[in-house]
Amino acid sequence: MNFPILSSLILLPSIGALFLFFTKSSNDNKITVKYVALFTSLVNFFLSVYLWFLFDQNTSAFQFVEDRIWIEGFINYKVGVDGISILFIILTTFITPLCIISVNNSIKSRLNEFLIAILIMETFMIGVFCSLDLVIFYLFFEAGLIPMFLIIGIWGGTRRVYSAFKFFLFTLLGSVLMLVAIISIYWITGTTDFIKLYELGIDAKFQNLLWLAFFSSFAVKTPMWPVHTWLPDAHVEAPTAGSVLLAAILLKMAGYGFIRFSLGLFPVASEIFTPLIYTLSVIAIIFTSLIALMQEDMKKLIAYSSVAHMGFVTLGIFTIQQQGIEGSIIQMISHGLVSAALFLCVGVVYDRMHSRLINTYGGIVTIVPKYAVLFMIFTLSALGLPGTSGFVGEFLILMAAFKDNFLVAVLASLGVIIGAAYMLWLYKRVIFGKLVNSDLKKMLDLNRSEIFTLACLAAPTLYFGFYPDPLINTIEVSITDLIDKYNYNLVKK
Amino acid sequence: MNNIELVFPEIFLALSIMFLLILGVFKKESSKIIQNASLLVLLITAVITFNETISVDQTVIFNSSIIIDYLSSFMKIITLLAAFIVLIISSNYLRTFKIFKIEYPILILSSVLGMMIMISSNDLIVFYMGLELQSLALYVLATFNRDQIKSSEAGLKYFVLSALSSGLLLYGCSLIYGFTGTTNFNLIAGQFDNSDYALTFGIVFVLVGLAFKISAVPFHMWAPDVYEGSPTSVTLFFTMVPKIAALTVFIRFLYVPFLELIDQWQLILVFISIASMLFGAIAAIGQKNLKRLIAYSSISHIGYALAGLATGSNDGIQSSVLYITIYIVMNLGFFSCLLMMKRNNVYYEKIDDLSGLSKNHPLLSLSLLIILFSLAGIPPLAGFFAKFYIFKSVIEQSMYFLAIVGLLSTVVAAFYYLRIIKIMYFDEEKESYDKDHSLWLKFSLAASTLIILIYFIFPSQLVDAVSKINII
Repeated sequence: MNFPILSSLILLPSIGALFLFFTKSSNDNKITVKYVALFTSLVNFFLSVYLWFLFDQNTSAFQFVEDRIWIEGFINYKVGVDGISILFIILTTFITPLCIISVNNSIKSRLNEFLIAILIMETFMIGVFCSLDLVIFYLFFEAGLIPMFLIIGIWGGTRRVYSAFKFFLFTLLGSVLMLVAIISIYWITGTTDFIKLYELGIDAKFQNLLWLAFFSSFAVKTPMWPVHTWLPDAHVEAPTAGSVLLAAILLKMAGYGFIRFSLGLFPVASEIFTPLIYTLSVIAIIFTSLIALMQEDMKKLIAYSSVAHMGFVTLGIFTIQQQGIEGSIIQMISHGLVSAALFLCVGVVYDRMHSRLINTYGGIVTIVPKYAVLFMIFTLSALGLPGTSGFVGEFLILMAAFKDNFLVAVLASLGVIIGAAYMLWLYKRVIFGKLVNSDLKKMLDLNRSEIFTLACLAAPTLYFGFYPDPLINTIEVSITDLIDKYNYNLVKK
Repeated sequence: MNNIELVFPEIFLALSIMFLLILGVFKKESSKIIQNASLLVLLITAVITFNETISVDQTVIFNSSIIIDYLSSFMKIITLLAAFIVLIISSNYLRTFKIFKIEYPILILSSVLGMMIMISSNDLIVFYMGLELQSLALYVLATFNRDQIKSSEAGLKYFVLSALSSGLLLYGCSLIYGFTGTTNFNLIAGQFDNSDYALTFGIVFVLVGLAFKISAVPFHMWAPDVYEGSPTSVTLFFTMVPKIAALTVFIRFLYVPFLELIDQWQLILVFISIASMLFGAIAAIGQKNLKRLIAYSSISHIGYALAGLATGSNDGIQSSVLYITIYIVMNLGFFSCLLMMKRNNVYYEKIDDLSGLSKNHPLLSLSLLIILFSLAGIPPLAGFFAKFYIFKSVIEQSMYFLAIVGLLSTVVAAFYYLRIIKIMYFDEEKESYDKDHSLWLKFSLAASTLIILIYFIFPSQLVDAVSKINII
């Protein structure tokens, strides 16, 4: 047995959290506490980069598989990665240290506990992307609710209680049906190990209900149009680091789930429900873009734009074409970087001015030039300008969509235009224009750690915008194989 | 008389009770000695039970009116351990109210004896005898803080309603006897033909009586009042220990004589289960008193345990037993927290009294947080696994409606558990509570929290332990 690299990735943050738990939290050792957390998450990041380095791009089989008996004759603790999941793991380990760096000003009280929550969250998020067993997946998927609930509820804004409850109950309600489906799958097929399930396939007559049960969970988490209302609330009230984790990684769990389970396990049902997904995605893209246009709160605007972007993702996944799914994954990675950066950008001005309202700002381009530049990069990436990673994803998705359904593609493209409108308008109102508020003159430009964080996010955004090959090479074989299996199972049933 | 050693635990317990009672009467100021002696007795009884009976194959003695099998041994040991912990952590509470008397441990021992008889009963009369022994002791325990009007009220309410339910139960027993000519579980099984609807009446009456004892909807009305009024340590006892015994009787009564009539009782059980889960979850939302809240929460938890029984399969029974075991651990942790909410010799039990607890008592509130999330059934805590096994066995029997309603009611229930967490963590702090608690109280809180927290690392142990239960 080789070195259990995936289990180490899962466990390391928890060990760091345990260490923090036993350190006394006081004002003197704030720095120490932060460095411990940062160190843990950085080690995890380098470990995951090493994992990517070792990763064999020419096979679609799961790699680094660990298989241990967990409950005798029922569930095995089984983890492994393929091309689809490895990118999400790296995204997680990449975003977490940046979150920890960013807590500088925003978290005033109970820093220790906050970092523990973030690290535990990292454990669960990596667990979601690694697990190769439905029950283990569910365990990690649900467990993430606890730290996120606390992050929003304890360190959030004024309406934090309402938002935390809404987040928790919405997600839990969606997920319980998935639990019923998972147990049903166990009784139908006798296993919850989804490598075996891919081979066995699930009887077509069960697929529709099971698909809907999984959909109810992922739709809430994505979030898709009618059940997206928890997201703006959660984002607005969560502290910056919480918003970043939520937008960058938590939402991706659902997209990952759609690819892994809805397509992988239920091809017949996916074929049937594709129109539903198309409809909801298009509504999400256009409707929430229009809502975003009217927002006065920056965080809310970005939250609605997340819903729209995730609409592209679901659209791309259910085109069930190579480009569409590749585009969706790249879009998710890109959105992970860009939305994280945008929330950090909002956090930067919020820490200084304690306002998230757009009309507080205006004309700050001369006062905070560095901020203006970085904010611009992310704004342009969010609207999908060629040369940024946002473009690659959207382009691939739309290309696949045009092949499949012309009307849907046209409507989705319309969403791109509205997207450009609200992002540019946001940028214009915040950065340019006349200086209305004299308090803004005292605003300081980015400090070194903020520049570092945002630059870290800007670099891959631009790099993958010009040269997305490393991403595509990693996922290509796995997706080809996924689509082959999908078509094979579709014909077989 | 063969195999008399199999009832040694009960005999030992009964003799000890008599001895301790006499000792208590003749020796002045002996409450501390009696308390410690009772603890020792419970422990020894548990050890004897473990040594003598756990490895015994199913054996019936005394004209097959007593049954010793793995289920009975397992449940007895849990009962004894739970009673042991209740007794050991309640002494400070009793001292505060100046009710640290010799009767308290002796009453607990008597009720435990009654429960052990219930657990082992294989005959309607033996079962009824055990039930009455435990109930009578419990009535007195409920009124134990007799200077407080609420405690007396609780005891009286419990007595009247419980007597009523015992009456119904006895009527049911007599109907069953009338139509089968025997009171023995094994013999009943061969004595009826399926067309006999009068027998169903008997089963229904017995089920009503039993549902009363475990406070399942719609026979739950007494529980919130009694739980609120009784001294907290007694409430702790009520929420855990009698349920173990009653659940065992439920299992035996339904599965040994009447398994063939599953069509008749399954629907009743499904209804009781769904009603309990939903009602417990919804009614708890409006509560302000923690003890009342936990009463409703225990109603809803019993609903889940009954859902396992409603399946009519061995898996279902095992999952119920697993559920009740984990539930006891969680409840123990919850009440340990409740017993720690003391300031200047006053115990606080309103939900608002928890306000901002996390600032002054970070460890206490963290433990309570873990326990509450576990009660709500959020993975990876033990409470999730308890529910998981229940739903696994329920879905195995294709009872999807029960599973979906049950899971949806966990979402409703999550709301009020979250409310407590919100008050602890998000609200403004109040005065801090005393920090000098007895070692045992701290130990029981730490142990239960730890078990809940790390259960997911070793889930197999408990599953293996209950998987030896084999009724059908």
